[in-house]
Amino acid sequence: MSAGAIVPEGPRPRHFGWARLGIYAFLIVAALFFLFPLYVMVLTSLEPMAEIRMGGLLAWPSDPTVEPWIKAWTSACTGLRCEGLRVGFWNSVIITIPSAVLAILLGMINGYALSFWRVPWANWMFAILMFGTFIPYQVLFYPLVRIASTLGLFGNLGGIVFVQVVFALPVMTLLFRNYYASLPEELFKAARVDGAGFWRTWFSIMLPLSGPMLVVACILKVTNTWNDYILGLIFAGRDNLPMTVQLNNMVNSTLGEREYNMEMAATLLTALVPLVIYFVSGRWFVRGIAAGAVKG
Amino acid sequence: MSQVSVRKVDIAFGSVPVLEQLDLEVAPGEFLVLLGPSGCGKSTLLNAIAGLLGVSRGQVWIGDRNVTWAEPKDRGIAMVFQSYALYPQMTVAQNMGFGLKIAGRPREEVDRRVREAAAMLQLTTLLGRKPAALSGGQRQRVAIGRALVRDVGVFLFDEPLSNLDAQLRNELRVEIKRLHQQLGTTMIYVTHDQIEALTLADRIAVMKDRTIQQLATPEEIYLRPANRFVAGFVGSPAMNFHAGAIEAGKSGPAFRRGELSLPLPDRFRDAGGAVELGIRPEHIVIGTGADALPAAVEMVEPMGAETLVWARVADEPFSLRVEHTVKLRPGDRIDLSFPGENVHVFRAGTGKRL
Repeated sequence: MSAGAIVPEGPRPRHFGWARLGIYAFLIVAALFFLFPLYVMVLTSLEPMAEIRMGGLLAWPSDPTVEPWIKAWTSACTGLRCEGLRVGFWNSVIITIPSAVLAILLGMINGYALSFWRVPWANWMFAILMFGTFIPYQVLFYPLVRIASTLGLFGNLGGIVFVQVVFALPVMTLLFRNYYASLPEELFKAARVDGAGFWRTWFSIMLPLSGPMLVVACILKVTNTWNDYILGLIFAGRDNLPMTVQLNNMVNSTLGEREYNMEMAATLLTALVPLVIYFVSGRWFVRGIAAGAVKG
Repeated sequence: MSQVSVRKVDIAFGSVPVLEQLDLEVAPGEFLVLLGPSGCGKSTLLNAIAGLLGVSRGQVWIGDRNVTWAEPKDRGIAMVFQSYALYPQMTVAQNMGFGLKIAGRPREEVDRRVREAAAMLQLTTLLGRKPAALSGGQRQRVAIGRALVRDVGVFLFDEPLSNLDAQLRNELRVEIKRLHQQLGTTMIYVTHDQIEALTLADRIAVMKDRTIQQLATPEEIYLRPANRFVAGFVGSPAMNFHAGAIEAGKSGPAFRRGELSLPLPDRFRDAGGAVELGIRPEHIVIGTGADALPAAVEMVEPMGAETLVWARVADEPFSLRVEHTVKLRPGDRIDLSFPGENVHVFRAGTGKRL
């Protein structure tokens, strides 16, 4: 062997080839594609109207101001009322929390019953429930409005929560059923031998193991409800319109000059909740999705 | 301790029958092992006794009670599972005390019984740990402890050692046997491992195809297997089998297959016809007797204390077990004799012992 020759030893050296370069290029372009509009929105929301009128879409504002944000939050007109988006924000909060809690709770119990207990016709029920996932819900609006109004659940908070829970149940049940199916069945048998009944087994054994799936379900349901527009518009009633509907009213009912900065700020405010949830829980989300069996 | 009695039980999953017309009587304090290959219905039977599975027909009695419709907790049983089935979020002590806590027993009693069971299984130092912080052997000891705490008449074990490595399996096997001697509780134990069955059982029920093939003491099953299946399933290394026929010769009956002619005891005189001959490797003896047959060594497998030798007699392969001190090499020529009292003959087709 000649002196100075490279002897293979230890970790194999990495090569930065064309393929890798291509992948990085694609990723960067894709990231820019999504980040660019966000960048423009943030910039615009911080510029006074005078500066916006001069063009300069990409330039950093010479005189940044949070005035549009304050206006969007407190005094912008959404339709006839001019109290800003905060009304819609609190409406959305009040709709989202009970919807998420109820839908997740019911989905969890459904999934638990379907995966561990010998429910008669369990597979058929599950199949029907799954079918529910694929039905485009526009088809159901008219009958649902009739049903809801008969039940006194139309045009009020109870109505929108009811509808949100009903539409979320198939997916929530599917999530939890599949998760529970991945837990060892012997765990359930052991609890039964120990004398735990339906609720005791669920509360003492299954619920504490549901953490990863709870996170996933929470993220799905909260962002979904928050982003919902059409259900809120139809079922919530005039006093409970969610933030998305009010944002739309605000943007579409402008008189006179269009206040781009305020509209951008309002849009960002509306998107903030799902955005924060994704940032904070991204890691848990992946972990929950990837969670396999919890082997004791 | 209670007796367990399974009477004419049928179990079916949908239209697939798993057990048919099964009868089983387990005496109080007996250690009964259900042995069989996977899919033979042994775990199903255990689950039916536990009450985790309903029966389609027949009755299950535990003690003097008909428990066919009773919930598991009301049957006076405790169960140990293959995958331990410990509650992951509870400590060892909580795991062991869960059943009593649900039953509404006072705290002091739960604590006392958990501590007693823990002392019995050397778990006292682990009581505060979660299952994730335990080794496999410790986990299964906790699972046994959980059964112990319930203080019941019947213990059910569903392949409790199958997830453990060989050494731990041996240790825990001894521990279970010691526990049985100490407690005197009725134990029903499912396994596919014949060593576990032979070492632990008072009686073994060998199962195959939804029925019990033979129910007898380990010795009886080893020495007088009721049929071809039991003979092949129990014993390691496995019995030698050769299909052939019994012919009446001048000097008594003999087993014939091709060139091989093996003299048989007189009791097979009237057995004629197609049969299968079986003999265990440890029962073939080297170089003795007038009717020894010449053999050629083909292969040698040293197993420590013993050596398994593969040899051909009249071109038919046989394995035999010899002491490690016997040095043999492929190509060696030896004489083998087949003691008549250890030769088994099964009817071809039905597999029944003759």
